[in-house]
Amino acid sequence: MTTATTGSTAAGRDGGSPGSASAGGAGVGDAVAVAVTDVPSTQVTATPGRRAAGRRNRGRNLLLALWLPVVLLVGWWFLSANSTSPYFPPLQVILQSVWDEWVIGDAKTQLWPSLRHLALGFIGGSLLGVLGGALLWRLPVLRKGTNPIVYFLYVLPAPALLPAMIALFGLGEARQVALIAFGATWPALLNTLDGMRGIDQVKFDTARAMKFSSLRTVTAVVLPGASPQIAAGLRASLQVSIILMVVSEMIAASEGIGYFILYAQTVFAIVTMWSGIVVLSVLGTLLNYLFVFAEHRLLGWYHGSRAVGTDKA
Amino acid sequence: MTQTLGAHAAGATPAGPPVLDVAGLRKVFNVGRPDERMAIDDVTFDVVKGEFVCIVGPSGAGKTTLLRCISGLSAPTRGTVQFEGTALTEVPDQLGVVFQDYGRSLFPWFTNGSNIALPLKARGVGREERTKRVNEVLTEVGLGHVEKQYPWQLSGGMQQRVAIARTLSYKPDLLLMDEPFASVDAQTRFDLEDLILEVREEAGITVVLVTHDIDEAIYLSDRIVVLSGSPSKVREIVTVPLGRDRDQVATRSSEEFLELRRHLLSLVMPH
Repeated sequence: MTTATTGSTAAGRDGGSPGSASAGGAGVGDAVAVAVTDVPSTQVTATPGRRAAGRRNRGRNLLLALWLPVVLLVGWWFLSANSTSPYFPPLQVILQSVWDEWVIGDAKTQLWPSLRHLALGFIGGSLLGVLGGALLWRLPVLRKGTNPIVYFLYVLPAPALLPAMIALFGLGEARQVALIAFGATWPALLNTLDGMRGIDQVKFDTARAMKFSSLRTVTAVVLPGASPQIAAGLRASLQVSIILMVVSEMIAASEGIGYFILYAQTVFAIVTMWSGIVVLSVLGTLLNYLFVFAEHRLLGWYHGSRAVGTDKA
Repeated sequence: MTQTLGAHAAGATPAGPPVLDVAGLRKVFNVGRPDERMAIDDVTFDVVKGEFVCIVGPSGAGKTTLLRCISGLSAPTRGTVQFEGTALTEVPDQLGVVFQDYGRSLFPWFTNGSNIALPLKARGVGREERTKRVNEVLTEVGLGHVEKQYPWQLSGGMQQRVAIARTLSYKPDLLLMDEPFASVDAQTRFDLEDLILEVREEAGITVVLVTHDIDEAIYLSDRIVVLSGSPSKVREIVTVPLGRDRDQVATRSSEEFLELRRHLLSLVMPH
């Protein structure tokens, strides 16, 4: 029974400083400092003036995002220039090695198995997570019953399961994909569950009043309503997946970028090792950017409404 | 206690079977548990075709609960609700609900056009017909071409117009509104009140509106159902003999209006 006025009548259309969804790095490789910024949100109505302001904003955000990585890279370049330590070769040498090994050479063939495992594991785990989260949301009894187990598995460090995965799936690709999928499942699952539980009851009342079928309620209310948090979960899943991709390639594997890095270290090819780390961090950064870009495309409404500040859902 | 007698004589409402018939409605939450709470004790009233009925009552009188029960969103503990002669089990096809808070009832992930088209889609209306109807109904609520924008790009009053348009899109027989103007500023509120009177006049729609604002109730209604505090009963059903033509300035300052206002205040205010 709400008789009080609860509505916020924020009428204006805000000039639109895009939501500042900042994020950490890709979670792997600390050799290159990575900073991920927000991709500007898509404002549906953009007058020329606002568009210009948006461009100025974008330019400023880009500068803000880039100055630290640039400073660190330049610092690394000059500080390491005269390095004679075998463990910390000059950046110039490392980049030369990246060029020789990965661009001209055939080290890039190591990327395909890695990416294949990552894609299969991440997609499989995410699907499992979203479906599982939806199931737990729909069935409170199941939720209460499995709650301790879910959290137990969530906090269990996935790399610790690698020996078990080897025992279960052998040494082939299956155990790598299975490990990545296992790790990717939990952030997706818990965020999906949280997101669906957070949907306003009024939205469901509205759906019932409009005579939605169950299917339409799922596609038009539940999924879009939970989508911002599902996306946040998938992003965490992606980062876990990248970590597990590398870890699984470092033990009892014969290919992949993780294997490449570890092998280079064991044969004391330190420069080559560093080149692998650089490529890995660039890969992680690119994947993260790709994800953020897609998220902002798909959830334009969410970032737009947050910028205006009227959506309370 | 319930004085429905003679009420139908009011205004130009044609006699006929009631669109909505609420009899002996009671709603108790958490039945049989320690936190059992009776929100509505005993409510009886009916609404005939074309009528505009407001339900007023003090804060916490269970107005929203009552609206949820008479819309079929919530089952009463006792008593019956009949819509066009049929007992309610679900929300009927020909019933429209407008919720208080447009920010919560509109779907921010859809454009205004898609929001309005949703109930039509759910009823299997084709794309072409939907587009046509969306345009019609936007004009009806006094909005231009906002169908490609999102709700959150509009002002509060415009958003509530979109919410009303969405409900009108499938031409319901009965419009149930839960404090629909509580979340907008005073000027917008007057505009929306007049809009809903116009819509009612043009579409020949029957309206039941829940409000805590006595002035609004008198201005809009043919009859007012006054509820007591929680658990609510019907204290009185007041006929509003102000005719069909209402004007924000003239009506609200008329002698009859002030007289009704005094009477309703004495009913609603605690003694």
